[in-house]
Amino acid sequence: MAGRQVHDPADLGKFRELQQLAYAATQSVAQTLEPGVTEKQAARRVRDYLLSRGVQDWFHTPFAWFGDRTAFRGFRTPLHFFPTHRRLAENMPFILDCAPVRDGFVADVGHAGCLGTNPGYEQLMDDLSAYRELIFTRVNDGVPLQQIYHDVDALIARQGYDNRHRVYPGRVIAHQVGKVHSRLPKFVVAGFGIRSLQTLVGDLIVERMHHRSPLWADGDISNHPATPGLWAVEPHIGLRDVGVKFEEILVVNDNGGAYWLDDDLPHVRHWQRSSAAS
Amino acid sequence: MNSDLTSTDGVLLRVHEAGRPGAPVVICVHGYPDDHTLWDGVVAELAEQYHVVSYDVRGAGESGHPRRRRAYQLDQLAHDLMTVVEAVSPDRPVHLLAHDWGSIQAWHALTGQVLRGRVASYTSISGPCLDHVGHWLRARLRRPTPRRLRELITQLVSSWYITFFQLPLLPELAWRARIPQRVIPLVGGAGSLPVTDGVRGLQLYRANMLPRLARPEARPTEVPVQVLAPQRDPFVSSALQSDIGRWASNLAVRELPGGHWLPRTHPHVVARCARELIEHTEGGPEPRALHRARRAGPRRGRFEDKLVVITGAGSGIGQATALEFAEHGAEVVVTDINRDAAEYTAQLAGAVGRPASAYTVDVSDGGAVEKFGTLLRERHGIPDIVINNAGIGVAGPFLDTTVAEWERVIEVNLWGVIHGCRVLGGLLVEGGAGGTIVNIASAAAYLPTRALPAYATTKAAVLALSQCLRGELAEAGVGVVAICPGFVNTNITSTTRFVGLGATEERSARQRATQMYHRRNFTPRRAARAIVRAVERNTAIAPITIEAKAGLIASRLTPGLLRAMARANLTPR
Repeated sequence: MAGRQVHDPADLGKFRELQQLAYAATQSVAQTLEPGVTEKQAARRVRDYLLSRGVQDWFHTPFAWFGDRTAFRGFRTPLHFFPTHRRLAENMPFILDCAPVRDGFVADVGHAGCLGTNPGYEQLMDDLSAYRELIFTRVNDGVPLQQIYHDVDALIARQGYDNRHRVYPGRVIAHQVGKVHSRLPKFVVAGFGIRSLQTLVGDLIVERMHHRSPLWADGDISNHPATPGLWAVEPHIGLRDVGVKFEEILVVNDNGGAYWLDDDLPHVRHWQRSSAAS
Repeated sequence: MNSDLTSTDGVLLRVHEAGRPGAPVVICVHGYPDDHTLWDGVVAELAEQYHVVSYDVRGAGESGHPRRRRAYQLDQLAHDLMTVVEAVSPDRPVHLLAHDWGSIQAWHALTGQVLRGRVASYTSISGPCLDHVGHWLRARLRRPTPRRLRELITQLVSSWYITFFQLPLLPELAWRARIPQRVIPLVGGAGSLPVTDGVRGLQLYRANMLPRLARPEARPTEVPVQVLAPQRDPFVSSALQSDIGRWASNLAVRELPGGHWLPRTHPHVVARCARELIEHTEGGPEPRALHRARRAGPRRGRFEDKLVVITGAGSGIGQATALEFAEHGAEVVVTDINRDAAEYTAQLAGAVGRPASAYTVDVSDGGAVEKFGTLLRERHGIPDIVINNAGIGVAGPFLDTTVAEWERVIEVNLWGVIHGCRVLGGLLVEGGAGGTIVNIASAAAYLPTRALPAYATTKAAVLALSQCLRGELAEAGVGVVAICPGFVNTNITSTTRFVGLGATEERSARQRATQMYHRRNFTPRRAARAIVRAVERNTAIAPITIEAKAGLIASRLTPGLLRAMARANLTPR
């Protein structure tokens, strides 16, 4: 399954390159967002940016959430994830989330930003760094994923926030990604590329036979240490009508050791800057 | 110091002065049937800071009692007031404080030519401007929406006596038969009035009511006005008094617990409100309560400018409640035994609404709570809502619970609430502006279980205390709400003391309890919303989760069933 490519440094380099490109897309689109732009327009800009740079397919098509949709308020069905005609206004938080596929490599990133200033957003972003740290340490300690999920929940409760990744399909805080090998046509169903879905469903079946899951949630099926491979980790926390997340790939070795695929990412640089400043 | 003044038509006015000469002048005008002694309590308090003047209105007390009806017309009464103003403060604007008919004449003087430029501020209690009333009645007759009709009928019913006073002879006979003397004390007024005062004062109604109400003039004012509208005033409805934004451009309205004779029954409240407006007009900062009472400008939230104090707000329901109130515009004061937790909640409150202040308080320590109460008063003022939330969990068999464990849980869960009600609730009563005390009890208060004997005992006591206190504080206008949450997903499960278990067993018991609450997944935020709702409705007992609601019903319908269920060991294993 997905884990089988992770030994190859060249492949990892390709994953890292695509992740950089995806973050560059969300970053550069975030800078173009102006009051009045709709979620659909924003998602379209991310899509155009990536397609013009060699992306051929999607694990999922780009999403854009504005205002209280960053905290998934009022999301009842998966259809609510899709971009709407909601318009961005001053001091509104937003999230751009995309998962491009290029030459079989996959990236899945999420960028939380804000047009202007929003004290709730600033507070959440400051506190979000603790989750990157917590997940990294606990995975390296070989703690079962289910337990880490509970630890994340405890941290969320301690900080007075809401767990918003529980709204994702399967309540996942992370999911595995890998190289997409498929003969299926490039086709998007319900926002997900069917080639990627095929890979994921394949993984699901194989892993289930080992009583594991490529989806990391709080169910008993996640009661195992991280399986080797690439995990797209996406803790998503909310305070009232503001939600923030980051999403990036965590590499887990065969011996269970883990490291972030890339530390040179916008949110990490932001936290480094603010910890250096304080 | 007493003196006599002669009004413009030769009638003598007896004037009483107290307080500090040279300080800002406050003139108190009483109503009917009363004399200047109405203000005794208020004068005593205001005299510490101001030069306080009260006088007997013509037809009352030791002032002249002219017979002619024309001598009681509002224009003449305004000249009386002007005579007093000229004598006591010839070169500096005065502050007016008036009640009932005193208010009516002060309004008339203020909105007419006579006192123009001579009044700095005006606090009016239970007395409208008759011209404004005329417009108010007309507006309701012209466009009678159901709400306006109701307001109109309510006011007409409570004004029955005005019609009665227009009749010849009968009102005089009633006074001579000493009927008002017996009835008025029942609604808080003075009963020892001379018959002459009662009879002469009738002329106020006969000289002014019909002309003013039939041909109301437009009488605006720009002087800062504050209306104190008692909630249980049987004569003047608060709608009549407060719906005057089009006439007074600088208006604050405070609805206060109490009846018609507020200056007599609640002198310190009247003095405090008057002092706040006077200080502000004299250039001081605007107190929070006064700012809230302003009718102008948009509201930023349901609780804007309310001061809310929450104990144990470093986490869980307390934290969520702090955020909920902050989001609705309240000024929140957060306390917790853990300083970092309190400060963090205050910071979050700033992120969702208004910045909050944090204090470290151990609620089980009476001295500490008292110290906090003093600090709170000095720095933030008198709270509007006090939430006694701090609590700890203890689970396990009664016989395994040590005396120390009992003492700890009683100290925090029960004494914490007692200290909170005593000190912080005491502030609410002292403030006199009403308010709400919220005590966080538990569904365990009425759901017996062998799993939680100590915890349930403390919470049942909190519930009983809340209900007794609700009865006692009702007359002060302070509501007491008992909240019974049920299974709300907070960190209480991970800090609960499981008695009779070793460290490892306790850890796994905590984990199991946490998981159970986690699966239930009723968030603290939902609990906080329910608490806000209960405060708005002043609910006596507010169960929050569905199991707490069902339990409350079952405890009343089938207590035997609950006692049978209490035998089951529900501790998760």
